[in-house]
Amino acid sequence: MDIAIIVGLDVVSGIASLVLISAGLAVIFGMMKIINLAHGEFLMLGAYATVLSVSAGVNIWFAMLVIAPVFVGLVGMIVERCLIQFLYGRLVDSMLATWGLSLVIVGGTTMIFGNTIVGVSSPLGGFQVGAYQSSLYTPFLALMALLLMTAVFGVMRFTRAGLIARAVMQNPDMAATLGVNPARVYMATFGLGAAMSGLAGGLLAPIAGVVPTMGAAFIAKAFITVVGGGTSILWGLISASGLFGFINQIAAFLTTPVFGEVILFIAAIILIRLLPTGISGRFFKGRL
Amino acid sequence: MSVPLLQTGGLTIRFGGVTAVDQVDFTLKEAELRCLIGPNGAGKSTFFKLLTGQLHPTEGHVHLRGQDISGARPHEIARLGVGIKTQVPNVFNAMTVQENLWIAARHKHTPAYATELTDQILSELRLTAIAHKEVGQLAHGQRQWVEIGTVLAGEPELILLDEPAAGMTHEEVERTAELIQDINRSRALVVVEHDMQFIKMIAKTVTVLHQGAVLIEDDVSRVLEDARVRDVYLGKGLAA
Amino acid sequence: MHLLNGMRGALIGAAIAAVAILTAPLYIDLFQIMQLTVFAAMAVLALSLGFIWGYGGILCFGQTSFFGLGAYAYAVAAINFGDSTPAIALAILVPVIFATLLGYFMIYGGISDVYLGVITLTVSLILFNLVNSTAGDFYKIGEARLGGFNGIPGVPTFNLPGDPSYILTPEQAWMVTGMALILVYLGLRVLIASSFGRIIVAIRENETRAALLGYDPRIYKLITFMIGGAIAGLAGALYVNWGAFVSPTIFALGLSAQIIIWVIIGGRGTLIGPVIGCLLLQWLVTEIGAQQAMDANFVLGAILIVFVLLVPKGIAPTLRDLAMSRLSRDTAPAPTADATAKVKT
Ligand SMILES: Nc1ncnc2c1ncn2[C@@H]1O[C@H](COP(=O)(O)OP(=O)(O)O)[C@@H](O)[C@H]1O
Ligand SMILES: [Mg+2]
Repeated sequence: MDIAIIVGLDVVSGIASLVLISAGLAVIFGMMKIINLAHGEFLMLGAYATVLSVSAGVNIWFAMLVIAPVFVGLVGMIVERCLIQFLYGRLVDSMLATWGLSLVIVGGTTMIFGNTIVGVSSPLGGFQVGAYQSSLYTPFLALMALLLMTAVFGVMRFTRAGLIARAVMQNPDMAATLGVNPARVYMATFGLGAAMSGLAGGLLAPIAGVVPTMGAAFIAKAFITVVGGGTSILWGLISASGLFGFINQIAAFLTTPVFGEVILFIAAIILIRLLPTGISGRFFKGRL
Repeated sequence: MSVPLLQTGGLTIRFGGVTAVDQVDFTLKEAELRCLIGPNGAGKSTFFKLLTGQLHPTEGHVHLRGQDISGARPHEIARLGVGIKTQVPNVFNAMTVQENLWIAARHKHTPAYATELTDQILSELRLTAIAHKEVGQLAHGQRQWVEIGTVLAGEPELILLDEPAAGMTHEEVERTAELIQDINRSRALVVVEHDMQFIKMIAKTVTVLHQGAVLIEDDVSRVLEDARVRDVYLGKGLAA
Repeated sequence: MHLLNGMRGALIGAAIAAVAILTAPLYIDLFQIMQLTVFAAMAVLALSLGFIWGYGGILCFGQTSFFGLGAYAYAVAAINFGDSTPAIALAILVPVIFATLLGYFMIYGGISDVYLGVITLTVSLILFNLVNSTAGDFYKIGEARLGGFNGIPGVPTFNLPGDPSYILTPEQAWMVTGMALILVYLGLRVLIASSFGRIIVAIRENETRAALLGYDPRIYKLITFMIGGAIAGLAGALYVNWGAFVSPTIFALGLSAQIIIWVIIGGRGTLIGPVIGCLLLQWLVTEIGAQQAMDANFVLGAILIVFVLLVPKGIAPTLRDLAMSRLSRDTAPAPTADATAKVKT
């Protein structure tokens, strides 16, 4: 019985962490149809922002939930203005440019902070399920994922920005007809996507080793989730995170975490063979 | 009666709410020349896409010499002898005119014979002078000719031409008409065209599509006099 | 005949390069020979991506997967058989089988370029994690322990085919690697000039048109992808032979990025471009390593960004275009093209 609770908790936290680490990527993909290959580095910058703020005496909650997303969001906006905007309409080149950016950020961070692991300790304690020990941080992450998705839903559904975003997702030329400057939409998209990645990075800081190359550990899962989910930001992300989080955690429980990832990938590639535009391309066409 | 070359029954495709092709029954005999007309958005190009496997019908079937090809992929239908010149030029831009035709000819023939056939078609279509130019650099009218040449080089038995005369000079339009009649001596064609002068030059039987459905199908002179056809076109170019 | 005419330049170039490779040990010291050997192995890898991306239009971000699988297949087989000849065959076969499976799901699924790039990259990331986790006695294939993070040391290097007791000297290994590079290059040139080569370029240019002419784009793309996997696997064997060692870093993201950069700066749609790009970048990375003033990733990333923004075609095609416009300025303008065309046909 206890073990069932623990596995259940694992599945929930697996799904929640997929949502968190993929959300920023999904926003940029849904709106701009490119995969941001510097996504892992945006996570890493969020984690560094948190660790450095905490060691400068800032409250850890404020560092994770405010400083990390704001800082990385600003970085994203600058990147869009200085790099991505010159490559509109060239999907492959845009992706290659973000790959270049990823290397520059990893290299730059290594030159400044060195290749050593830093970190912060978890702000929450543990709790007991029968013979098993679990951390309160796990349900906290699930709560954050839920809040994030609710916020995305609310913005998309009820605000003017959300209306514009939905229009652009359907048809990129639509922004102009709504009287908005497309350049501003893309800058905001990239900034917002980066901020979400920054938030995820901040939340990861207490539970992951923070090093310049840490992004690589997360991007495989984030890529699979976003590709499997397709271009609909909310439903694609939720359905793919749900499906893959479940498969991944069960497989990891039965084998090892690494084999869990391999099985996750195999599931994803079979899915792609059947649904080449992802889950949302088939079942949530034209939805949020 | 023998099996028709091409036959569709109840052919229908819907895009969300739009029924682009609606219950079309269409029959084409061996070596027939048919013109397909209708206002913009009538569903002519979509009908061609259904015939060539670029789209699959929501309902109905397409039979080629009695064989059901409704669910077949484009390359399978091409192998059965259907060639198409699409409305938007579909060519290999970074390759030369000669290479474009050669690729088409190579599918059925040895490299050496493909080269021979290519040279022959190039000179028939008077493209020899630009044979080694990159197709991407050519004007729209010339690209149309290249695509027609590519279709011919594939030696299909049924040829579909979607607006072949668009963007051509008057003299080129006349040559296209002659060419079509020439091809028709041995092969069947379906030609979509807006230019009524052109239709008068080549047509025997004309099918009119309107909002995806067949409005009328008859001899060219009767179709052009029909009041419904005039209404559909709102006099657009019909009197000319 | 026609084929050979078009290849005369390549054949002459290859002959000169072959002479240079075979005589290099006479005037270059062993350290530099070793350096050149790894450069040449990497250049074979560069050709594999240059072919599938530049000609086949297949955007593979994870070409290291096939390189790494080839390297591991060679290492495991060489340790078990004690003979490099069947090991080299397996180093080609294993990546080809993997490319066939992976390519089938992606290409027959009909996914977009963006998806294909991301999925191939993901494969290399997962292989990296997977092989990294193979420490311990449990992960043993025959005699060979995979060794996880530490990799496999002491891999037997190339021997004379049929005589496992005759191990090639470093100079001989260099000649084999250099000649492999030349043969792969010439083989690809012949392939590109063949009907198959022209058809895959046609499919790259316009998949719909090719299908409407009766070619099934999926099978051509899959075969192209498999050939790329085979060449990358061979490069993997050459690489292991150079160091007698293989570790999971062969699958690492950094190398995936480098291969892409070689092809981008050298130029898509040429074969010599990726080779040049590879040699230049390898040299640069070695220099950066020696200087220790800058982080190599930083420099590589900056180079990638600059090329994507400013020289998207890459070095070789840009130089060729420059030479062409020079040529057409020197001779009379436009009509010449028509005139020569007439003479030829
Ligand atoms: N892929 C598609 N998705 C949605 N609607 C389409 C699609 N293709 C065609 N249509 C619609 O189908 C109708 C017929 O178009 P088309 O066949 O191009 O007409 P025609 O060639 O006769 O001018 C038009 O209303 C067009 O908007
Ligand atoms: Mg049309």
